[in-house]
Amino acid sequence: MAITQQSPRPERVFWTGNEAVAWAAVAAGAEIMCGYPITPQNEIMHTWVRLAHQYGLDFLQTEDELSAGFATLGGVLAGKVAFTATAGPGTVLMQEPLSMAEMMRLPVVVVVCQRGGPSTGTVIYSQQEVMLACFGGNGEGLRVVYAPATHQELYDYTIKAFRVAWKYRFPTIVLSDGYQAKMREALTVYRVEDQVRGEAYVGRPGVPGVARPPAHLRNTYNLEEELYDLLANYTTAFQEIQPRVGEWQEEDWQGAELLVVAHGVVTRAARAAVRELRGEGYPVGYFRPVTLRPFPAEVLRRWASLGGTMLVVESAAGQLRRLVAEALAGYGFRLEGLLRPGVGITPEEIVAVARGLLAAN
Amino acid sequence: MPRSWATENKPHRFCPGCGHPLALKALGEAVDDLDIQGRVIFGCDIGCSLLAWDFFNLDSVQTHHGRTIPVMVGMKRARPGLICVAYMGDGGGYAIGAQHLVSAALRHEQITVLLANNSIYAMTGGQMAPTTLPGQKTETTPFGRDPEKTGRPTRGPEMARLLGGEGVYAARGTVANVRQLKNYVKKALRHQMEGRGFSFVEALSTCPTNWRTGAAETWEWVEKKMPAEFPLGEFGGDAPDGRASRPESVLREGGGEG
Ligand SMILES: Cc1ncc(C[n+]2csc(CCOP(=O)(O)OP(=O)(O)O)c2C)c(N)n1
Ligand code: SF4
Ligand SMILES: [Mg+2]
Repeated sequence: MAITQQSPRPERVFWTGNEAVAWAAVAAGAEIMCGYPITPQNEIMHTWVRLAHQYGLDFLQTEDELSAGFATLGGVLAGKVAFTATAGPGTVLMQEPLSMAEMMRLPVVVVVCQRGGPSTGTVIYSQQEVMLACFGGNGEGLRVVYAPATHQELYDYTIKAFRVAWKYRFPTIVLSDGYQAKMREALTVYRVEDQVRGEAYVGRPGVPGVARPPAHLRNTYNLEEELYDLLANYTTAFQEIQPRVGEWQEEDWQGAELLVVAHGVVTRAARAAVRELRGEGYPVGYFRPVTLRPFPAEVLRRWASLGGTMLVVESAAGQLRRLVAEALAGYGFRLEGLLRPGVGITPEEIVAVARGLLAAN
Repeated sequence: MPRSWATENKPHRFCPGCGHPLALKALGEAVDDLDIQGRVIFGCDIGCSLLAWDFFNLDSVQTHHGRTIPVMVGMKRARPGLICVAYMGDGGGYAIGAQHLVSAALRHEQITVLLANNSIYAMTGGQMAPTTLPGQKTETTPFGRDPEKTGRPTRGPEMARLLGGEGVYAARGTVANVRQLKNYVKKALRHQMEGRGFSFVEALSTCPTNWRTGAAETWEWVEKKMPAEFPLGEFGGDAPDGRASRPESVLREGGGEG
């Protein structure tokens, strides 16, 4: 099929988002997946198992997500390109391995298919795992988080996530959701010529202490200052990747009296709403952070310095809004939200709220 | 219908042919026979067991996947007069919550665990469970479970008894013999009520939906195939004073295979 050796040409397919992610992982060069069943992530695992059989790759079903995450890190330490996928309460358990990855600068890809929370919530859909994805661990949130909005983007950004993780050595999250996971959509798949290659942290050639220094890897430090220096280093490195890794999309932000901001699958509705309102002559613009972390604040700051009203639209009770408010602290603008935790949002709903705000302006 | 069932919530939500309601029938009848409806707290896991959250006229708590044992342990320690029952699947008990099962058995926690072994992760759509039989096809073992790669099926009651020695009552029944299963559950509840330690009953169960089996094949599977891998019976029998057991005696007694 699409990614095999025989077919160099891009190919049009009609897949679920979960299938797109599993195929993208193969295309990117992933060698091992470790996972624990959870809806709506399961079909990433199911597809990967079959692809792994076909391409001689590996799969391990673990006893829980702690184990899935840590086994993935073990694979990474041994030099393999490894990844895992999870959702909801599993994303909570995944925080412990993720924080070790942050501390030890281990590249790892975690695909998160958001479902309704808190607790077991629903297995259906939400955008409530933004804070978990960005800042879930004990630490500073040194992670890259991509929020794709279409199946093409799921494919493209899953591949990119592997590249970025292995290039900059920060754990990288692909933040999907139950709608994207389960829905079918057309996309173009392609081979990747320069696949990601793992590099062994342990077990390299040569006798340790004789032919080479031994690898002594740790995540624990004795002194406050040691930790402080290390983290100063890490946070600087994270800030440095911001201009290269941060990504966004916008339409007509300049002169927009009302800027609609959304991420992930909700951007589809947000964009449609903005187009409709602009068609009617309203001064409305659209902004979408593609990376939720690092957060691409530059364009937003330029817009905010001119003032206006911002409408944050999300299937959560204000998680994206918090990221925006933090990035734009001190700027004078009006911050509003269309916040629908755990349910989908239609263009009509956005148009109605936007009209109200425009009328009040 | 057992008196302790909540009639207004019937018919229940399990699929036709599912083993869960039969295991819950054994539990309901055991509660009736012992006349303890006013003292039992029913905890259920995430997995198809969650469908039982309003199944009984018992105070009931639905918890997280794999975490029903610690929730019931905490409850029991807080109110020793309650009779705490944790109900879960094989994934919840033997995979994500295995450490809780191990620790509860080692500490002789005074709760009763009833675990439905349907050899699969049912609620999530049919992946391999720790109990999946060698060669069994699931969504994550589409070519059949290979014990070389994924180990052999977990034997829970044997393990619990081995770990906890005489402080543990452990048995394996089947939904194909509800009367025997009920007797095991009654003994387990008595073990708890008499303060003798941890009690654990596994029920071999069915999942025609994820096994993708018709009626005849489903019963063939639970009556013949599963007991060949998971022997029925009690492991270690009644103990006069479970709390007195020491690690040495645990080793000496081994897992006593029935
Ligand atoms: C932390 C966490 N990980 C994963 C899940 C998803 N999940 C729900 S039910 C289930 C498996 C259920 O299998 P089992 O315990 O055997 O019960 P059954 O449905 O077979 O009765 C899983 C993995 C979850 N709810 N929470
Ligand atoms: S999926 Fe299987 S275990 Fe769950 S209710 Fe249906 S038959 Fe029972
Ligand atoms: Mg099960």
